[in-house]
Amino acid sequence: MEKEQEQIIPYRTFLIVLVVLIGLTLLSATITQIYLGALTAAAALIIAAVKSSFVLRIFMHLKTDFKIFTYLVIAVTLLIITVITLTFLDYLFR
Amino acid sequence: MNTSTDKQYQALTAKFGMWVFLFTEMLLFGGLFIVYSVYRLRNAEAFHMASQDMSVFIGTANTIILLISSATIAMSITAVRNNKKKHALLFTGTTVVLGLLFLVNKYFEWGEHIRQGIYPGSKTLELRGYGDTLFYGLYFFMTGLHALHIIIGLIVIIVIMTFIARNRIHSTRYSVLENGGLYWHLVDMIWIFLYPLFYLIT
Repeated sequence: MEKEQEQIIPYRTFLIVLVVLIGLTLLSATITQIYLGALTAAAALIIAAVKSSFVLRIFMHLKTDFKIFTYLVIAVTLLIITVITLTFLDYLFR
Repeated sequence: MNTSTDKQYQALTAKFGMWVFLFTEMLLFGGLFIVYSVYRLRNAEAFHMASQDMSVFIGTANTIILLISSATIAMSITAVRNNKKKHALLFTGTTVVLGLLFLVNKYFEWGEHIRQGIYPGSKTLELRGYGDTLFYGLYFFMTGLHALHIIIGLIVIIVIMTFIARNRIHSTRYSVLENGGLYWHLVDMIWIFLYPLFYLIT
């Protein structure tokens, strides 16, 4: 239970992550203005996934918290990805 | 009698419960993302045309507002744990102001659509066809549901602020703030995905 007394994350860490997140937001806004065809959607969604991982790991403390929370987040994410994949396989090949 | 270890277990259990709740939220919005993706696949041209009307500027501004609010609520935990009550109140207060700012932007954005006659069940939308009706139906439902989450989050944070002010949340007892923060971050994360779906992918 020593985890409860885990290290206090300094303000600076959150500010650095915030700058990165704002940078990624501006990057996704810029990149989608360029015509990349189907890659536009992929690029926007990959950047969104990267941003989410920063929010989960730093803002939501998954990096320093009990590992069980990380495993559960991965499990739920995989469940959603599986359902999306199965749905698309159904619609594309029916 | 509550020992320190008991309290730590209670905090951990509360956090675990919060995460389980957040998973149900992820599945709820995950389902909506699937609905959006399938309809987009089947009505690619109409979704492409309809999404051209969205303001990338407002979408980007609202994304940045929510990201800053996520950072400030995270910083409020650091402040509480460092016994800096004033800082904690400043950070949670800033989060509330930013959340309200997000809602004000959404109000003007929705208002502009409604002024143009674009809202669920409108004649204008009916004339524009099935694909547009689906796009805007999903847009109003998903951003509306997200805005409802923002309103609930703001109420939670205001209650948390009163707890901080009355010393019910302090450096050794901050579980409520931590769980409220987790909820706010999830609301931010959902927007991180709504933003490209409605504003960027055209």
